[in-house]
Amino acid sequence: MRSIVLALISGLVFGSGLILSGMTQPAKVVNFLDVLGDWDPSLGFVMGGAIAVHFLAYRFVPRLPKPVWGDRWGLPSRRDVDARLLVGAALFGAGWGLGGYCPGPALTSVVTGASSTLLFTGAMLAGMWGYSIWESARSTQPTNSPRPSGSPTTALPEAP
Amino acid sequence: MSPEFTPFLSTLGGALIGLSASALLLFEGRVAGISGIVGGLFAPKAGDIGWRVAFVAGLALAGLGGMFVAPHLLAVEVTRAPWMLITAGLLVGIGTRLGNGCTSGHGVCGLSRLSPRSLVSVLTFMFVGAVVAVVAGKLTGGAS
Repeated sequence: MRSIVLALISGLVFGSGLILSGMTQPAKVVNFLDVLGDWDPSLGFVMGGAIAVHFLAYRFVPRLPKPVWGDRWGLPSRRDVDARLLVGAALFGAGWGLGGYCPGPALTSVVTGASSTLLFTGAMLAGMWGYSIWESARSTQPTNSPRPSGSPTTALPEAP
Repeated sequence: MSPEFTPFLSTLGGALIGLSASALLLFEGRVAGISGIVGGLFAPKAGDIGWRVAFVAGLALAGLGGMFVAPHLLAVEVTRAPWMLITAGLLVGIGTRLGNGCTSGHGVCGLSRLSPRSLVSVLTFMFVGAVVAVVAGKLTGGAS
Protein backbone atom coordinates (compact mmCIF):
# COMPACT_ATOMS: atom_id res chain seq x y z
CA MET A 1 0.00 0.00 0.00
CA ARG A 2 2.77 2.43 0.88
CA SER A 3 4.36 1.75 -2.53
CA ILE A 4 1.09 2.70 -4.20
CA VAL A 5 0.85 5.92 -2.19
CA LEU A 6 4.47 6.79 -2.92
CA ALA A 7 3.95 6.18 -6.65
CA LEU A 8 0.82 8.35 -6.63
CA ILE A 9 2.62 11.22 -4.87
CA SER A 10 5.69 10.82 -7.10
CA GLY A 11 3.46 11.01 -10.17
CA LEU A 12 1.73 14.08 -8.76
CA VAL A 13 5.03 15.86 -8.05
CA PHE A 14 6.49 14.76 -11.39
CA GLY A 15 3.42 15.99 -13.29
CA SER A 16 3.40 19.29 -11.37
CA GLY A 17 7.06 19.75 -12.32
CA LEU A 18 6.24 19.07 -15.97
CA ILE A 19 3.43 21.65 -15.90
CA LEU A 20 5.43 24.36 -14.07
CA SER A 21 8.45 23.89 -16.30
CA GLY A 22 6.52 24.31 -19.54
CA MET A 23 6.82 20.76 -20.84
CA THR A 24 3.02 20.43 -21.18
CA GLN A 25 2.94 23.19 -23.80
CA PRO A 26 3.80 21.51 -27.11
CA ALA A 27 4.45 24.90 -28.70
CA LYS A 28 7.12 25.64 -26.09
CA VAL A 29 8.74 22.25 -26.67
CA VAL A 30 8.73 22.78 -30.42
CA ASN A 31 10.19 26.28 -29.95
CA PHE A 32 13.01 24.69 -27.96
CA LEU A 33 13.73 22.10 -30.65
CA ASP A 34 13.24 24.49 -33.60
CA VAL A 35 16.58 26.21 -33.12
CA LEU A 36 16.20 28.20 -36.34
CA GLY A 37 12.82 29.65 -35.33
CA ASP A 38 11.71 31.67 -32.32
CA TRP A 39 14.13 29.82 -30.05
CA ASP A 40 13.08 29.24 -26.42
CA PRO A 41 15.92 27.73 -24.36
CA SER A 42 13.68 27.08 -21.31
CA LEU A 43 13.64 23.31 -21.63
CA GLY A 44 17.38 23.21 -21.20
CA PHE A 45 16.73 24.66 -17.75
CA VAL A 46 14.19 21.91 -17.02
CA MET A 47 16.83 19.30 -17.76
CA GLY A 48 19.39 21.25 -15.75
CA GLY A 49 17.14 21.57 -12.69
CA ALA A 50 16.10 17.91 -12.78
CA ILE A 51 19.61 16.58 -13.26
CA ALA A 52 21.07 18.89 -10.57
CA VAL A 53 18.75 17.30 -8.00
CA HIS A 54 18.83 13.73 -9.26
CA PHE A 55 22.59 13.67 -9.88
CA LEU A 56 23.09 14.46 -6.18
CA ALA A 57 20.69 11.66 -5.23
CA TYR A 58 22.73 9.23 -7.33
CA ARG A 59 25.92 10.20 -5.54
CA PHE A 60 24.51 8.97 -2.21
CA VAL A 61 21.44 6.76 -2.52
CA PRO A 62 22.95 3.70 -4.29
CA ARG A 63 25.56 3.42 -1.53
CA LEU A 64 22.79 2.13 0.73
CA PRO A 65 22.70 -1.67 0.84
CA LYS A 66 19.16 -1.63 -0.56
CA PRO A 67 16.26 0.77 -1.16
CA VAL A 68 14.41 1.89 1.97
CA TRP A 69 11.31 -0.19 1.12
CA GLY A 70 12.64 -2.55 -1.55
CA ASP A 71 14.89 -5.56 -1.37
CA ARG A 72 17.06 -4.79 -4.38
CA TRP A 73 18.10 -1.99 -6.75
CA GLY A 74 16.23 -2.10 -10.04
CA LEU A 75 18.79 -0.01 -11.91
CA PRO A 76 19.84 -0.64 -15.50
CA SER A 77 23.33 -2.01 -15.88
CA ARG A 78 23.82 -2.11 -19.65
CA ARG A 79 26.47 0.20 -21.06
CA ASP A 80 26.54 -0.95 -24.68
CA VAL A 81 25.13 1.08 -27.54
CA ASP A 82 23.21 -1.01 -30.06
CA ALA A 83 21.06 -0.40 -33.11
CA ARG A 84 17.82 -0.73 -31.11
CA LEU A 85 18.89 2.13 -28.86
CA LEU A 86 19.82 4.38 -31.79
CA VAL A 87 16.78 3.59 -33.94
CA GLY A 88 14.44 3.89 -30.95
CA ALA A 89 15.89 7.25 -29.92
CA ALA A 90 15.69 8.53 -33.51
CA LEU A 91 12.03 7.48 -33.86
CA PHE A 92 11.21 9.04 -30.50
CA GLY A 93 13.01 12.26 -31.41
CA ALA A 94 11.11 12.49 -34.70
CA GLY A 95 7.77 12.09 -32.92
CA TRP A 96 8.77 14.57 -30.22
CA GLY A 97 9.76 17.22 -32.75
CA LEU A 98 6.59 16.61 -34.76
CA GLY A 99 4.04 16.51 -31.93
CA GLY A 100 5.76 18.49 -29.17
CA TYR A 101 4.89 15.90 -26.53
CA CYS A 102 7.04 13.27 -24.84
CA PRO A 103 5.28 10.55 -22.79
CA GLY A 104 5.07 12.28 -19.38
CA PRO A 105 3.58 15.58 -20.56
CA ALA A 106 1.16 13.73 -22.86
CA LEU A 107 -0.21 11.66 -19.96
CA THR A 108 -0.35 14.74 -17.71
CA SER A 109 -2.23 16.77 -20.33
CA VAL A 110 -4.70 14.12 -21.45
CA VAL A 111 -7.22 15.14 -18.76
CA THR A 112 -7.72 18.48 -20.52
CA GLY A 113 -9.57 16.56 -23.21
CA ALA A 114 -8.06 18.68 -26.00
CA SER A 115 -8.54 16.76 -29.24
CA SER A 116 -4.92 17.06 -30.38
CA THR A 117 -3.68 15.77 -27.00
CA LEU A 118 -6.11 12.85 -27.14
CA LEU A 119 -5.02 11.97 -30.69
CA PHE A 120 -1.34 12.05 -29.78
CA THR A 121 -1.69 10.16 -26.49
CA GLY A 122 -4.00 7.53 -27.98
CA ALA A 123 -1.53 6.90 -30.79
CA MET A 124 1.37 6.79 -28.33
CA LEU A 125 -0.33 4.16 -26.16
CA ALA A 126 -1.26 2.20 -29.29
CA GLY A 127 2.40 2.30 -30.35
CA MET A 128 3.56 1.01 -26.97
CA TRP A 129 0.92 -1.72 -27.04
CA GLY A 130 1.84 -2.74 -30.58
CA TYR A 131 5.48 -2.85 -29.60
CA SER A 132 4.70 -5.15 -26.66
CA ILE A 133 2.81 -7.53 -28.94
CA TRP A 134 5.69 -7.58 -31.43
CA GLU A 135 8.22 -8.05 -28.65
CA SER A 136 6.38 -10.96 -27.02
CA ALA A 137 5.77 -12.63 -30.40
CA ARG A 138 9.46 -12.32 -31.20
CA SER A 139 10.63 -13.66 -27.84
CA THR A 140 8.45 -16.79 -28.10
CA GLN A 141 9.88 -17.80 -31.49
CA PRO A 142 12.11 -20.82 -30.82
CA THR A 143 14.57 -19.85 -33.57
CA ASN A 144 15.53 -16.67 -31.75
CA SER A 145 17.86 -17.13 -28.83
CA PRO A 146 16.66 -15.15 -25.82
CA ARG A 147 18.40 -11.89 -25.04
CA PRO A 148 21.11 -12.33 -22.43
CA SER A 149 19.83 -11.30 -19.04
CA GLY A 150 21.80 -9.91 -16.16
CA SER A 151 22.08 -11.27 -12.68
CA PRO A 152 18.99 -10.85 -10.49
CA THR A 153 20.51 -7.79 -8.86
CA THR A 154 20.62 -5.84 -12.14
CA ALA A 155 18.23 -5.20 -14.96
CA LEU A 156 14.74 -3.93 -15.13
CA PRO A 157 14.62 -4.76 -18.83
CA GLU A 158 12.15 -2.02 -19.62
CA ALA A 159 14.22 0.76 -18.06
CA PRO A 160 17.08 2.55 -19.78
CA MET B 1 14.96 34.51 -28.81
CA SER B 2 11.41 33.75 -27.81
CA PRO B 3 9.68 36.16 -25.40
CA GLU B 4 8.26 33.08 -23.67
CA PHE B 5 11.63 32.19 -22.09
CA THR B 6 10.99 31.03 -18.48
CA PRO B 7 14.34 30.13 -16.89
CA PHE B 8 13.14 30.37 -13.26
CA LEU B 9 9.90 28.37 -13.54
CA SER B 10 11.56 25.82 -15.80
CA THR B 11 14.41 25.23 -13.35
CA LEU B 12 11.93 24.96 -10.46
CA GLY B 13 9.75 22.51 -12.39
CA GLY B 14 12.85 20.53 -13.33
CA ALA B 15 13.87 20.36 -9.66
CA LEU B 16 10.44 18.88 -8.80
CA ILE B 17 10.93 16.26 -11.51
CA GLY B 18 14.34 15.43 -10.05
CA LEU B 19 12.86 15.24 -6.55
CA SER B 20 10.15 12.81 -7.67
CA ALA B 21 12.71 10.62 -9.45
CA SER B 22 14.93 10.68 -6.35
CA ALA B 23 12.06 9.56 -4.10
CA LEU B 24 11.35 6.56 -6.35
CA LEU B 25 15.07 5.73 -6.29
CA LEU B 26 15.51 6.08 -2.53
CA PHE B 27 12.39 4.20 -1.41
CA GLU B 28 11.91 1.64 -4.18
CA GLY B 29 15.19 1.53 -6.08
CA ARG B 30 13.31 2.33 -9.26
CA VAL B 31 14.06 4.45 -12.32
CA ALA B 32 11.48 7.16 -12.99
CA GLY B 33 11.22 6.56 -16.72
CA ILE B 34 7.71 7.37 -17.88
CA SER B 35 7.81 5.26 -21.04
CA GLY B 36 9.12 2.30 -19.02
CA ILE B 37 6.50 2.74 -16.28
CA VAL B 38 3.64 2.93 -18.80
CA GLY B 39 5.09 0.38 -21.23
CA GLY B 40 5.26 -2.17 -18.41
CA LEU B 41 1.46 -2.04 -18.24
CA PHE B 42 1.25 -3.63 -21.69
CA ALA B 43 3.27 -6.67 -20.58
CA PRO B 44 1.91 -6.93 -17.03
CA LYS B 45 3.57 -9.03 -14.36
CA ALA B 46 1.81 -9.97 -11.12
CA GLY B 47 2.50 -7.53 -8.30
CA ASP B 48 4.06 -5.02 -10.68
CA ILE B 49 0.96 -3.22 -11.88
CA GLY B 50 -0.44 -1.18 -8.98
CA TRP B 51 2.44 1.26 -8.59
CA ARG B 52 2.55 1.91 -12.34
CA VAL B 53 -1.17 2.73 -12.43
CA ALA B 54 -0.77 4.90 -9.31
CA PHE B 55 2.11 6.86 -10.86
CA VAL B 56 0.14 7.54 -14.05
CA ALA B 57 -2.88 8.50 -11.91
CA GLY B 58 -0.59 10.96 -10.11
CA LEU B 59 0.38 12.54 -13.43
CA ALA B 60 -3.28 12.86 -14.39
CA LEU B 61 -4.08 14.34 -10.98
CA ALA B 62 -1.39 16.97 -11.55
CA GLY B 63 -3.00 17.73 -14.90
CA LEU B 64 -6.42 18.14 -13.27
CA GLY B 65 -4.96 20.49 -10.66
CA GLY B 66 -3.14 22.43 -13.36
CA MET B 67 -6.37 22.93 -15.30
CA PHE B 68 -7.84 24.82 -12.35
CA VAL B 69 -4.75 26.67 -11.12
CA ALA B 70 -2.93 27.55 -14.34
CA PRO B 71 -4.79 26.37 -17.47
CA HIS B 72 -2.49 28.38 -19.75
CA LEU B 73 0.34 26.02 -18.81
CA LEU B 74 -1.61 23.14 -20.39
CA ALA B 75 -2.56 24.99 -23.55
CA VAL B 76 -2.11 23.29 -26.92
CA GLU B 77 -1.09 25.85 -29.52
CA VAL B 78 0.71 23.73 -32.03
CA THR B 79 -0.50 23.92 -35.59
CA ARG B 80 -0.23 20.27 -36.55
CA ALA B 81 -2.67 18.34 -38.71
CA PRO B 82 -4.37 15.31 -37.09
CA TRP B 83 -2.38 12.86 -39.22
CA MET B 84 0.83 14.49 -37.97
CA LEU B 85 -0.27 14.11 -34.33
CA ILE B 86 -1.17 10.44 -34.84
CA THR B 87 2.14 9.79 -36.62
CA ALA B 88 3.99 11.64 -33.84
CA GLY B 89 2.26 9.61 -31.12
CA LEU B 90 3.01 6.29 -32.83
CA LEU B 91 6.67 7.28 -33.29
CA VAL B 92 6.98 8.29 -29.62
CA GLY B 93 5.25 5.11 -28.40
CA ILE B 94 7.26 2.70 -30.53
CA GLY B 95 10.55 4.62 -30.33
CA THR B 96 10.61 4.93 -26.55
CA ARG B 97 9.93 1.20 -26.09
CA LEU B 98 12.45 0.14 -28.74
CA GLY B 99 15.10 2.50 -27.36
CA ASN B 100 14.27 1.73 -23.70
CA GLY B 101 13.48 5.24 -22.56
CA CYS B 102 12.43 8.80 -23.15
CA THR B 103 13.22 12.27 -21.85
CA SER B 104 12.80 11.10 -18.24
CA GLY B 105 14.41 7.65 -18.25
CA HIS B 106 17.37 8.45 -20.50
CA GLY B 107 17.37 12.24 -20.07
CA VAL B 108 16.90 12.87 -16.35
CA CYS B 109 17.72 9.48 -14.79
CA GLY B 110 20.28 8.19 -17.30
CA LEU B 111 22.32 11.38 -17.50
CA SER B 112 22.25 11.70 -13.68
CA ARG B 113 23.64 8.16 -13.55
CA LEU B 114 26.30 9.07 -16.16
CA SER B 115 25.11 6.22 -18.37
CA PRO B 116 26.84 6.19 -21.78
CA ARG B 117 23.77 4.54 -23.37
CA SER B 118 21.58 7.35 -22.12
CA LEU B 119 23.98 10.04 -23.33
CA VAL B 120 23.90 8.54 -26.84
CA SER B 121 20.11 8.28 -26.68
CA VAL B 122 19.67 11.89 -25.54
CA LEU B 123 22.01 13.27 -28.21
CA THR B 124 20.18 11.21 -30.84
CA PHE B 125 16.63 12.19 -29.91
CA MET B 126 17.58 15.84 -29.39
CA PHE B 127 19.26 16.01 -32.80
CA VAL B 128 16.49 14.22 -34.70
CA GLY B 129 13.86 16.19 -32.75
CA ALA B 130 15.52 19.47 -33.73
CA VAL B 131 15.74 18.49 -37.40
CA VAL B 132 12.08 17.44 -37.51
CA ALA B 133 10.93 20.54 -35.59
CA VAL B 134 12.86 22.84 -37.94
CA VAL B 135 11.46 21.13 -41.04
CA ALA B 136 7.91 20.99 -39.65
CA GLY B 137 8.22 24.65 -38.63
CA LYS B 138 9.16 25.63 -42.18
CA LEU B 139 6.27 23.58 -43.62
CA THR B 140 3.55 24.77 -41.23
CA GLY B 141 4.79 28.31 -40.63
CA GLY B 142 5.92 27.93 -37.03
CA ALA B 143 4.57 26.31 -33.91
CA SER B 144 2.46 29.10 -32.48
